[in-house]
Amino acid sequence: MYMKLIQRIVNFRLYRNFATVISAPKKSKWDSVVGLEIHAQIASNSKLFSGAAINFGAPPNVCVSDFDAALPGTLPVLNEQCVTSGIQVALALACTIHEVSMFDRKHYFYADLPAGYQITQQRAPLASNGKLGFYVDVPGAKKPYQKASKLHQLQLEQDSGKSLHDPYEKRSLIDLNRAGVPLMELVFEPDLTNGEEAAALVKELILILLALDACSCRMDKGALRVDANISINKPGEPLGVRTEVKNIGSVRGVANAVDYEIKRQIDIKERGGQIQNETRSWDAITNKTVAMRDKEVLQDYRFMPEPNLPPLRLNVADDQTSALINVERLRKTLPELPEQLRNNLVTQYALRLETAIILVNQSGLLQIFIKALEKHPSIPPMKVANFLINHKISDANLVDLIAMLNNGTINYYLSTLLLQEMFDNPSENPKDIAHKKDLLQIMDPVAVEAICKDVLGKNGDIVRKSDVKLSAPIFTHFNSMAVTKLGSTTAVLVKKFSPGNASR
Amino acid sequence: MAKSIPSTIEKLLHKYKIRELDPCDVTNHCIDVVSRQKKLNAIIRLTPEIARSKSKESSERFRNGEVIKKLDGVPIAIKDNFCVKGEPTSCASRMLENFCPTYDATVYARLMAHGAVLIGKTNLDEFAMGSGTVDSIFGHTRNCYNENGGYISGGSSGGSAVAVASGSCFAGIGSDTGGSVRNPASYCGVVGFKPTYGLVSRHGLIPLVNSMDTPSILTRTIDDCVTVLNAIAGPDNKDSTTINRPFVDISVPNGDEISLKNVKVGIPREYHCEGLSKESLETWMKIADLLEENGAQVVDVSLPNTASSIFVYTILNQCEVASNMARYDGIEFGHRSHDEDSSTEQLYARTRQEGFNSVVKNRILSGNYYLLRRNYQTYFEKALKVRRLISNDFQNVFFRNERVSVLLTPTTLTDAPKLEEFVKRNNRDQCALQDFCTQPANMAGVPAISIPIKLSSNGLPLSVQLMGPSLSEQSLLTVAKWIENTVNFRPV
Repeated sequence: MYMKLIQRIVNFRLYRNFATVISAPKKSKWDSVVGLEIHAQIASNSKLFSGAAINFGAPPNVCVSDFDAALPGTLPVLNEQCVTSGIQVALALACTIHEVSMFDRKHYFYADLPAGYQITQQRAPLASNGKLGFYVDVPGAKKPYQKASKLHQLQLEQDSGKSLHDPYEKRSLIDLNRAGVPLMELVFEPDLTNGEEAAALVKELILILLALDACSCRMDKGALRVDANISINKPGEPLGVRTEVKNIGSVRGVANAVDYEIKRQIDIKERGGQIQNETRSWDAITNKTVAMRDKEVLQDYRFMPEPNLPPLRLNVADDQTSALINVERLRKTLPELPEQLRNNLVTQYALRLETAIILVNQSGLLQIFIKALEKHPSIPPMKVANFLINHKISDANLVDLIAMLNNGTINYYLSTLLLQEMFDNPSENPKDIAHKKDLLQIMDPVAVEAICKDVLGKNGDIVRKSDVKLSAPIFTHFNSMAVTKLGSTTAVLVKKFSPGNASR
Repeated sequence: MAKSIPSTIEKLLHKYKIRELDPCDVTNHCIDVVSRQKKLNAIIRLTPEIARSKSKESSERFRNGEVIKKLDGVPIAIKDNFCVKGEPTSCASRMLENFCPTYDATVYARLMAHGAVLIGKTNLDEFAMGSGTVDSIFGHTRNCYNENGGYISGGSSGGSAVAVASGSCFAGIGSDTGGSVRNPASYCGVVGFKPTYGLVSRHGLIPLVNSMDTPSILTRTIDDCVTVLNAIAGPDNKDSTTINRPFVDISVPNGDEISLKNVKVGIPREYHCEGLSKESLETWMKIADLLEENGAQVVDVSLPNTASSIFVYTILNQCEVASNMARYDGIEFGHRSHDEDSSTEQLYARTRQEGFNSVVKNRILSGNYYLLRRNYQTYFEKALKVRRLISNDFQNVFFRNERVSVLLTPTTLTDAPKLEEFVKRNNRDQCALQDFCTQPANMAGVPAISIPIKLSSNGLPLSVQLMGPSLSEQSLLTVAKWIENTVNFRPV
């Protein structure tokens, strides 16, 4: 009896201990591994291998040269400006720039790939072995932490055209304006662990690309495309099967897509399932990754050296007599990069690193900061910075405010009140503030009528004095009193609530 | 040609200058010749409008005593794989039967800039894949020698070779990837010259094998060949593989003024191979003796990798073909099947099935096989390595070991085969045999020329080939001129 009881207790304890161990640090049960492949459209006047102009607003098939349409007999001619851009970015990412790089053909049939192959740099890329350092700001954490991802390689390649499928007419339309637009592909090592890190890497890369004028970085326009390779594994075990997530249209989307995918994979594994090696698409509306239908057939791209382009040679030894692109000269003329900028802010203005990060990361802040200190050098820089940061309304919140104004949730009068509240609570969403502070426009006619009656009732003397008809000035006065409470759009309602009828 | 019309460009220009002849009349005469010799099937499409307007412009220049251009009023014909704006350019394939380029090939543009008159586009094997000018949607081209004997013209530039040989024009442009210009030149008794790779722009030449294709020249004489070369050679910013240094016009002395004193001629023993006919061997040896007797030093040399060359050539050829042909999907240009609308893939498949002949399809299939990830190293990469060895063979005899200035070989193993004999073999075997002596020069990128020597017992031309180091056009053409002057081959 006793023995059994003791045994039970022991079992219970063992069980308890065991349970505590696995449930407490539940997070560490799975390691997640994330690597990014980023395609950046190189800001250039003409295409990578042809003289066709690049104009994203142009009507379909206007920016297309004979070469872009793969007309037989046409040959590629490398755009030097794209090479220069590629080298600058590679230098900013501390890459080894290769004296000789080469172009390859990657074959696959697709209607918007007119030649049947893409010219890329598979075997001998422009640059490799780089590194990108960045700060990861975890919501809720006190301080951002430092992180770095190795850059496997940076290569130049052509973009494809665009297909439009019309299932009803059973036809596909092809626009070749984008065919041959220069891309630099940045292949990062799988050095990241979650969505925030991935988003932070992208954010830092965007700052660098913008500083170098190498890319517009408009993710919404496809100018910067982030593909994430994600897998999970148990600590100490080999890497798991990975999935690739495409079609991520914003920096926030990167964080959400990666975290969603990690969670999805964990759920599958926890339920005993298997991860499929597949390409998934990020749906920003449903906040989910979904399997892409095609491209699942194992492709053999039949890579082959591009015979129409001689090897790309660069002057890496700063040879003054060489006619090739001088890499060292480009290194010397690199503009100030975000990392230097942050360090300079810290040393020059005695700012805290977190402050410097925000000033550099949020567009426009740094310019105001510099301007303010130029004009009033006596103000302590920290004060300027803190004011800017604390009174900075995020783009997203500002857009929400405008949307609320547009759909009638608030009116102009209320929007100014709400804006002031937003300055005081920059982290809060305007909808939440409006609810909390009762700044929403009243839309219900019954409520409007009640208010109008209330206004009239409180001013009974004036109403009576003016007899049956309200004079215009008096009406305006009442109206504005009501509107103050209701908003301009409700003025219509007040008029319907005819003064003549209301007077009695 | 009619008696009053000279046979060389130099003499023609002289007659224009002294107003004894007019470019319009000569052009009309050439077009007449084409019509009369329709059964040769050398020119598949006349270009009467261009011919008329260009000859008229030229005629006016001569009348006004303007500065005369290198090829002013000279009728020429171009292989139908060079793009001419607004003129159908078919590659003798159903795939491009309706293709009308929107731009001019650099070679064509330069010829026009030098006053040449295009009279027509010439026949070829589909996409230049062949060595007989027999695999064309327009039918085969006949050799103009022993016309009723049913001999092939050789190929794939057989149309241009026959056009020149038959007096339809003064110069023909072809493309030489493995011998496609030298081979028909050899069979048709004309000069066929493949310049150094990169000396002449490929822009506008519809590719067969990009790393070997060389726009090449067919003429009746070495002097004419030099004149055409001077018009078309030199860097082109539309072709990144052209040699980026200014081209200096080549000038070759008169035959009598040429000394062979410092010429060292290599006879590569590997070219004495199986299948070489007695007559071809005799012709080769006769020229070697002639050169030696006249002061040249003639030495026996070895190009040890010659025998592997044709196999490596075949692999590289098919790989590039597979890649180059990927663009023919019926979407942007060319043939599109009307029978298929179930899916884009079905459309591609149907279009390509209808558009290509079996030779093209075979090469696409094997090329893609060699390029598969699992085969790349075994075939393509290894072929590239052997190609390097073959190229090194040439470097060795030219610059290291014997230091010869030219190599003398047969161009083809025999005189022109009969069509019925030729078509007994499949395309691959035809090419392996026909290109044996010619394709090594393409593998190495060096210049090579075929020079007609004499007629065989069948009344067909026999020729020899000279090869020289890259950019040795000047000395190569000088030795060729000496041979031409000495053997005094008289075309029919």
